[in-house]
Amino acid sequence: MSNHLLSLTTFLPILGVLLLLFIPKDSKGVLRGVALTVTVVTFLVSLPILTGFQTNADFQFTENVPWIAAGPFAMRYNVGIDGISLWLVILTTFIMPLAVLSTWTAVEEKVKEYMICLLLLETGMLGAFISLDLFLFYIFWEVMLIPMYFIIGIWGGKNKIYAAVKFFIYTMVGSLLMLVALIFLYFKGLEAGFTNFGLVQFFDLRLDPATQTWLFLAFALAFAIKVPMFPLHTWLPDAHTEAPTAGSVILAAIMLKMGTYGYVRFALPLFPDAAHRFTPLIATLAVIGIIYAALVAMVQEDVKKLVAYSSVAHLGFVMLGIFAFNTQGITGGMLQMLNHGVSTGALFLIVGFIYERRHTRLITDFGGLSKQMPIFATVFMIVTLSSIGLPGTNGFVGEFLVLVGSFESELRWWTVIASSGVILSAVYMLWMFQRVMFGELDNPKNQKLADLNAREIAIMVPLIALIFIMGVYPNPFIEKMDPAIQKLIARTKPVGQTAQQMPAMQGLPAGHPAMSGSAATSVEQAVPAVANPNEVK
Amino acid sequence: MDMITIPAVNLSPILPEIFLSVLAMALLLINVFVPGKQKSYLGYISFIGVVVAGVLACAGWGTPVESFSGSVIQDNFATFFKIIFLVSAGLVILIADQYMEREECNHGELYPLILFTVVGMMLMAAGTDLMTIFLGLEVMSVSLYVLAGFNRANLKSNEAGLKYFLLGAFSTGFLLYGMALTYGATGTTRIAKIATAVGQMSVPSTNIMLVAGMLLMLTGFAFKMAAAPFHMWTPDVYEGAPTPMTAFMSAGPKAAGFAAALRVFLVALPTLQVEWSQVLWVLAVLTMTIGNITALRQDNIKRMLAYSSIAHAGYALVGFAAGNSTGTAGILFYMLSYAFMNIGAFAVIILIGKKGETNGNVMDFAGLGFRHPVLAVAMSVFLFSLAGMPPTAGFIGKFYLFSGAVQKGYVGLAIIGVLNSAASVYYYLRVMVYMYMKEPTEDFEWTQVSAPIALSLLISVAGSLIPGIVPSFILQYAEQAIKLI
Repeated sequence: MSNHLLSLTTFLPILGVLLLLFIPKDSKGVLRGVALTVTVVTFLVSLPILTGFQTNADFQFTENVPWIAAGPFAMRYNVGIDGISLWLVILTTFIMPLAVLSTWTAVEEKVKEYMICLLLLETGMLGAFISLDLFLFYIFWEVMLIPMYFIIGIWGGKNKIYAAVKFFIYTMVGSLLMLVALIFLYFKGLEAGFTNFGLVQFFDLRLDPATQTWLFLAFALAFAIKVPMFPLHTWLPDAHTEAPTAGSVILAAIMLKMGTYGYVRFALPLFPDAAHRFTPLIATLAVIGIIYAALVAMVQEDVKKLVAYSSVAHLGFVMLGIFAFNTQGITGGMLQMLNHGVSTGALFLIVGFIYERRHTRLITDFGGLSKQMPIFATVFMIVTLSSIGLPGTNGFVGEFLVLVGSFESELRWWTVIASSGVILSAVYMLWMFQRVMFGELDNPKNQKLADLNAREIAIMVPLIALIFIMGVYPNPFIEKMDPAIQKLIARTKPVGQTAQQMPAMQGLPAGHPAMSGSAATSVEQAVPAVANPNEVK
Repeated sequence: MDMITIPAVNLSPILPEIFLSVLAMALLLINVFVPGKQKSYLGYISFIGVVVAGVLACAGWGTPVESFSGSVIQDNFATFFKIIFLVSAGLVILIADQYMEREECNHGELYPLILFTVVGMMLMAAGTDLMTIFLGLEVMSVSLYVLAGFNRANLKSNEAGLKYFLLGAFSTGFLLYGMALTYGATGTTRIAKIATAVGQMSVPSTNIMLVAGMLLMLTGFAFKMAAAPFHMWTPDVYEGAPTPMTAFMSAGPKAAGFAAALRVFLVALPTLQVEWSQVLWVLAVLTMTIGNITALRQDNIKRMLAYSSIAHAGYALVGFAAGNSTGTAGILFYMLSYAFMNIGAFAVIILIGKKGETNGNVMDFAGLGFRHPVLAVAMSVFLFSLAGMPPTAGFIGKFYLFSGAVQKGYVGLAIIGVLNSAASVYYYLRVMVYMYMKEPTEDFEWTQVSAPIALSLLISVAGSLIPGIVPSFILQYAEQAIKLI
């Protein structure tokens, strides 16, 4: 097994960029073909990571070489993945070819620059997921902004500049504060005898509560903006509405996960005590996000904006699960991250399909489309149900685990309120579906719409397959991430609290090293019990 | 009659200075005696001269050599700054010719004046006596006054020259007064001896003459750095001066101000660090905030970069206020990177501009991104570097500056710094918004990119990107350079 598999995956898109530079900008077909090939090859190269991944809690495929050394600082090119980042890496390489395909005909202008931006973005995102050096992570985290800024700003809708600048500055403010926290943390590490920015050693650095609080707030702010959590979410609807389809897909499917991933990978294990202290606050914001975003989504007239707000609600669930600090909660949160990537990515693709045909996204402009576009209707229905979380689809497993996990944690009452978000999501999604797809096909412009073509079907098939696979048989996904999650839970235990005092989970002591795999077991117990279609959603 | 005994003088430490002075004088003569309107060849000669001076300066890396009874020194600190000055001068010489041709003020005196400025700056960095520093500063300033008003036919350039001269003379007065008071308090102008004298005082911070001297010197240096509240001259002078000279002024003299101030404060007055670092703390906050907030509202891109240049002095002051090795090494790194990214940005401005200093607004960049992709990408690199985005040199520089502050315990200062950075993103992005996201309002008339400007752009892009990706080697040189004593 090659040792440089992660680097290869991450930097392949950069090679693609170099290749694209030499292709004349008028040969659009070639440019698209090359970009697609590069993303597909990247996906194929990333598959051995999945197959070669050992199911344990260690970081694997690690590479660790010196990079910068000057003054008090030593930064290393230190990368590796564990069960938590594994799936996000795969999700990224999986979504990118679909994103490239989705703009096959939608982007006709400046194709070369567009494809370059997409590929740079892929490198940035993969790099952030694999970094095990705090400084390296920060670099990738920031680098990501640049191509996305251009994607929204150049190829976006009519309000694109406002959206792009807002996106950039919002994220920048948060991450710069995180940078100060990162520097501060490094000097704390120096005092403790560390010599570089390597992430793992910092997990054992138990800082005093006051310091933890400030550092946690700085990290949490940066990640909360990215997630985005209420009330820092306002950049998201703008960015999503204005971005071109591929931009929205990537933003929703991958970039938002940076925020939640940041919590799981950095904010929680680095500052566990502070994280526990702020759990009520964050859970409250998450629940407000779930309910508020659902209510706002309900009254949207623009389909894309509706999907954007549904993202805010979905990520509220992810946050709730993560801050349950137990196996089901975090497993559910992680799964929900993947699910959201698949289903919301698919929803944005679908919105892109009809926008390309009608150049409008207003719900009132549609109606009765199912008669004209039966394949589209089927696809749309499946994705909608997955987004709602119907049993049998992926959305259900994640959402259910999140709710079970947080119900059994100290967040019981938050969960009760959040559960109503499940119903609300059914309300706004199904209502939207009904208004767009059913009813009279009375708008003449809609009467001649073509159904999905082969390319579009090819984009949707893998996503729909995943929706069902992850919905019916989520175990392979859970198994691989479970050891890492157990380790995370063990790390984030508050000082002086033993396993017995943690909320018991289905009678199994959570986080016990000997019980690795308990999550998989408990999930198996949980899923059949609720896979019952009579369960009202 | 007794012979006056001349102390043994070792000329080798000031070899680059001597070389450039001789070259400048030779060029003045050549300019007079060789007829013809075409003056580009003077530029080429000067550029080669700058490169040679760079080689001479680099040769001095390593052990420090003193000369002139300890009033100049060739140490790594001086050498590092000399490289910064030579880099700025070299890049500016490359971009000057095309501009001067366009504005029809292609007088041959330009290049000797640039070289004299460099000599002055080098002496500021190498001076270990307040008098040497002052002489260097005067040589630099007088040449710059002329350079700022070099475009005689342009009213704004005249205004810039006069304004710079009046305010500069005023600030020099402050500096000299400060030096005199310091001399009064310590009885010497040698920097090392000042340190000894101050060290022997029981409570130096109660010596009013010394503290007043220190503050007045700081005022003088802050003027050259364009630090608030001594920045009022900057926007007008930067806007009015010929664009290549603006580029030069924003990079070279600013670094020279830092070089002299660092040496005076770190070597002569380390016992007063508690006092001066508090003053610098305030100056840094004022400078960053005023620079950035005013830059937000500028439409004229030269004016915008002038205010941003004030802000950048503020970032460097953050490292200065910290006063530790991380912060000061950060200053050295940042000044070098800033020379690349800022002069690069000005090179693009020269290419966009039209005769008579027109076409210099942010709006005039509209549509550049897809008409001239290479130029726009270069400009984007410079702007991202100025904004401090990774993976550029600007980011690493800021990282070290702010780290210095955090290490010193000035977390608040670092936070104010990064928030300022975030605000600055807005006006840098604005240029990119016009370049990539707006359609040009009128037909794009394109001037040819001359080979020297292309070369300068190439060097600038490399200088803004490579140290951002592999910064170690420059940082390690900077680390060695700041071991002052």
